[in-house]
Parts: sequence; structure tokens; C-alpha cells
Amino acid sequence: MNSATTTGGDTLVRIEDLRVHFPITSGVVFQRKVGAVYAVDGLTFDVRRGETLGLVGESGCGKSTTGRAILQLIRPTAGRVLYEGGDLANLKGRRLREQRKRMQMIFQDPYASLNSRMTIGDIIGEPLLVHKMGTKSGRKAKVRELLETVGINPNTLNRYPHEFSGGQRQRIGIARALAVEPNFIVCDEPISALDVSIRAQIINLLRQLQREFGLTYLFIAHDLSVVRHISDRVAVMYLGRVVELAENAVLYEAPMHPYTQALLSAVPIPDPEAEERRRPVVLTGDVPSPVEPPSGCHFHTRCPAAQEGLCDVDDPPLLEVRPNHWAACHLITGSDYPHIRAGEDDLAVVAEGGEST
Amino acid sequence: MGAVGNTLLRLTDLTVDFASQEGTVHAVDRVTFEVAPGELVGLVGESGCGKSVTASAIIGLTGMVPNATVSGSIEFIGRDLLTMAESDVRAIRGRDISMIFQDPVTSLNPVLNIERLMTEGLELHLGLSHADAVTRSIELLGEVGIPKAANRIKDYPHQFSGGMRQRVMIAIAISCNPKLLLADEPTTALDVTIQAQILRLLKKLAREHEAAVIVITHDLGVVAGMCQRILVMYAGRIVESGPAKPLFAHPHHPYTVGLLKSVPRLNEPRAETLQTIAGLPPDLANLPPGCAFAPRCYLATDECWATGPELAVTDQGRRSACFHSDQLREDESAEVPA
Repeated sequence: MNSATTTGGDTLVRIEDLRVHFPITSGVVFQRKVGAVYAVDGLTFDVRRGETLGLVGESGCGKSTTGRAILQLIRPTAGRVLYEGGDLANLKGRRLREQRKRMQMIFQDPYASLNSRMTIGDIIGEPLLVHKMGTKSGRKAKVRELLETVGINPNTLNRYPHEFSGGQRQRIGIARALAVEPNFIVCDEPISALDVSIRAQIINLLRQLQREFGLTYLFIAHDLSVVRHISDRVAVMYLGRVVELAENAVLYEAPMHPYTQALLSAVPIPDPEAEERRRPVVLTGDVPSPVEPPSGCHFHTRCPAAQEGLCDVDDPPLLEVRPNHWAACHLITGSDYPHIRAGEDDLAVVAEGGEST
Repeated sequence: MGAVGNTLLRLTDLTVDFASQEGTVHAVDRVTFEVAPGELVGLVGESGCGKSVTASAIIGLTGMVPNATVSGSIEFIGRDLLTMAESDVRAIRGRDISMIFQDPVTSLNPVLNIERLMTEGLELHLGLSHADAVTRSIELLGEVGIPKAANRIKDYPHQFSGGMRQRVMIAIAISCNPKLLLADEPTTALDVTIQAQILRLLKKLAREHEAAVIVITHDLGVVAGMCQRILVMYAGRIVESGPAKPLFAHPHHPYTVGLLKSVPRLNEPRAETLQTIAGLPPDLANLPPGCAFAPRCYLATDECWATGPELAVTDQGRRSACFHSDQLREDESAEVPA
């Protein structure tokens, strides 16, 4: 199988042909399945031990569903999730709970993800209780230690979430994720609900914790500048599939997939001089609905390089087009790939003669 | 741009207070600025800094909040909107001044179709007949890039995607040829590729319709490519203002310095750690006596804790409310990355 999984390196989590389809039903008593939302539609990639893998894409591309399906919070429709070689998708009950200790999640919204009726001490201590770790006094000491680790005064453990600001709540959410000493943390848009001046604090905290505890992150975000800052490798998703995956520097410096190229050019840079020099490539149209994804390559409806009879018919597999660089595009060949640039009215076009953009 | 005597909008000491259980919340504090016809201005700040309240005050929505007190003046083409009769304001609102809201999902009435949403303003403000208003609406929808507009005019907002709804809202906002367009986080709810489309559209329309635009956002990247002049707000006050390029290159207020440094950029090498602004934004009901930024500021001295600095001229067209802006100006070549 051609896939973004390597035998070399130290793989912590391997995702193989992961699919999550949400059924659309009709009828009240006799519910019939009339269709499906193809939220995640055949993902294959590895997360290496100790790395931060950034997972980027626009809303509705399935990145959050992927994060949840890996942790089995949503059961995958098909495919395997191998954690240190063991398949999680077949595990149930106690044996799944046992594995869950080693993987945790940090949620997007620090207002909705903390129970407002529990003190922060109870919130952070709950995973320890669920997994029957430590004695009562031991747990309390652990909670204090965790609060200190994430930069919150341990004497506040009897307070409630509403007494804390958004950034502090996100720190509490991080402390809860760390409580059971996991190896792997799925960070689902951990900073998008926070203020600009607070974001940098949380990003720095996440990196510091990674170094301290040797954590592996799957960092899901739509902000490409932040993902570049924090990730070792980056996977770009479009409509339920990974279209490109590469080392951070390679992906940002020399993206090959037309979608990645357009996406990167559209990221605004907080520098008027730089903005003046660049011409963002504007893709026409909206992201199609995952209920009826386009035939062939999901991106062909918006792709300036799409070739009729090829891209709208055949589904391109994710191939290793260069060493450690995977892309799913028919038009990427051994020596060349479509160079997307801004044409008339900034609309995306393919550069003539394969000149680099 | 910005020539004396050529002012479209002039805010003088605009102050908006809200009475609350915790005391008076000083949402906007003596905000003073001008906008020239056709100028693209970026109003930047974090949540709670007063940027949206400023916009609401300009369009006359704060007056409708019972616990709000508004003072100062908002002169629009020489007439103060705050002292004008409500009926006169109503003739301006939606016609000469219009607004694009952040969330296209909640700000279009879901039970009205696009035809009703579009034609209401055209009939009310421009006195068009319904048939003419429909024709004009279809033209406008085409102008904002909605394909097959004539077929879609009977559709309801939920039948459009987020980006398309934002286009509908922009079409409504420009329908009466406004002189001033307030865009409150116009792309925050949208994806990156759609954001690029909408920003490009806004810029083009402002040019074609000769409308001034105030873009209100927390995203420095959004205003960097679009606005000529930037106003930075913190805790209800404008702390820095000036032309975009020099302001981004060499900020004269430590808060702007912090904001710019705390966001990673695609065009710069990756740093190991991001510079942060320590602490939290202040509680607007309990502001410190001196500079509101002093508790988080790396330059703060005793002077800053005691009294709040006024917005003062630091350079050609630039102002900063900081006792230490001279220090930042001296550091320009050495410290701040260009």
C-alpha cells in the first residue's frame, strides 16, 4: 500500500485508511439511511514519537473528526488506529480505558470544556479518579503539582472555572490532560478561542511541556502561521483527505499540491511591506459539501490545474513524491508539479513553463 | 488622504460607559480620530478593548442599550450624530453609514429571503420601486460575486454557505452607496481561502464606490494588506495610531510591539519561543489609575503607574499614548524587526 506510513523512524500512532461517515437518516420510526457525511474519507499517516504533527485545513475538512476518531471518542466507520502497534478501533470497555490513559485531548473552547459546577481541583483530579490512580492525598498533591506546572497558583484549586480568564482556563484544560501522564495529546484548536496576546503564552507552554515530558502532539489548527511555528511535520487536509504531508520547512517553502500552494498564499502576514509584495492566489468557489464530495480528486472543482478526464475521474492516492514528502495529486510527476500563481484579478492560474512561483 | 478640511468622520472624546453590577464599565474612553473620504482604516485590538463598541456608537446602536452612557461627539460630514434627532440618524444609518457584521450566520434574518433583505434598504433610502430594487439587487449580488444571482434572489440565508452569506451582507451594506462602511471582524468567521476572496472584494468595492472603510479586527494580518492607517486600541483607549507601514515596521507603543511580536509570521524564520505579553487584559470596571497597560508593560516606570499618558504626536501622522515612546523610537533601528 502506498501510504504516508514509513517503516523507519519511531512511530507512536499509525492511522490506516481511517474513515468516519456520519449517516443521514430519514423517517421517524423506521429510520432509513439516505446518505452520509463523508467527514473523514480514507486517511493514512503516522505520528512519530516525540514530534508535533500539525493537521491543518479549512472548516469542515474533517480535521477535528480525525482527532476524535483517533482517540475513539467517535468510532471510526472503517480503518485502523494503531497505538504502539495495537489497534484501538477494536478495543472496548476496560481495555480501551486502559489505553486512553496514554492519550489525552485539549479542547478548543475553554469555556465549554470545563464543567462549571466542579472546582478546578476536582476537574484536574477527575482523570486520576477515573483511572484509579493514587490515594486521595496523593491525588491532591498531584493536582497542586499540575497547577504549578501550567502556571496557575495551586492555592486556587477550590475555585470554579468562571473565576478564571480564558487563557487560565485553557491552562486548566492542559493540566487535566497531563494528569494521567499521557504520551500522546491531541490538541484541537487549543488557541483559537483565546486573545492574541494570550495565544503566545499557551503556545510557549505547550512547547515547554513537550520538552519536559517528552510528549507527542497532534496539533489541529486552521491558523497556518501558528502550525508552522509549533510543528515538526504538517499534514494538509481537504474534504476528508490528506492532500499533502511533509516536513515543516519543506511544506512551507516548497508546497507541491495546488491546494497547499493556494492556502499558504492566502494567509495574511502582519507586515504591510510584505503584503504589498505578495499576490495572494484567490481560489474560486466554496469548499464543496462532504455529503456529496466531488468525484475523483476532491479538489478538482476549485483547482486551476485540474485536467478533465483525469482529475474528475480518478481519485489520486497519497504518494511519497519526494523522500518524506507525500502528496495526493495526479499532476505531480517525478520532476515537476503544477506551480500555482495569481493571474488576472488574482485568480489562481497555473504558471507557464513550470517556473517556480 | 487625511487632508485638513477633508474629513468624513471625526470622533472627539467619544466615551461609552456601561452601568453594571460590578460598577461602571469604561468600554470606550475619550476616543478621538478622523477618517477621510475613501480612506481605509484598521481599528485593531483584542476582545474587550472597545473596538466594536466604538463602531456601534458610530452607527448609533449604543444609544439603544439602556445602561449605556455616551458622551463626546461623532461628527459625520460636519453634523454630530449624537445630538441629532433619531429620525435624522435613521436616514443616515444604512444609507451613508452601513455596517458589515462578524457573523453572517446570525446577522441575516433567517425568515426573510434575500430579495426582502436586499430591497428593504433600497426602497427605504433610495426610494426605488420594488421592481427597480430587485433589478438593482441582482446587479449588486453579481458585483459581490454570487453566481446566477437572478435565480438565487428568492433563496433564504440558510441556503447559502458562510462565505456567500458574507457576500450577501456586503451587497446589502454597499447597496445605498455608503460613504462609510464599518466592517466588524468581516472575515473572522470565514476560512483562509474565503477570507482572501472577501478582503479582495471589500478593497475593490471601497475603491469603486469611493467609500471609506473602518475594518475592525483582532487580526493584524487582515489590516496589514488592506488598510492605509491603523488605530490600536487597548482597554477602551486608542494607544497608537499612524500610517500602516511605519506603524508595523516601528511601533511607538509597547502594546503594539508586544502584539506584533507575539504572532508567528510566515515570512520570518521560526523562533524557538514566541515573545509574549505578560499578564491579562485589565478589568474595565476597575482600571488602574495610571496607564492601563502598565501592569503588563516592559517599559513601565513609576510615572506610568501614577498617571495615564495622553495620545501625543510622535512622528509625521503618528501618535502614541506612552511616556516611553521616545525610547522605542531610539530603539527603532536596533531592536524591532523590520
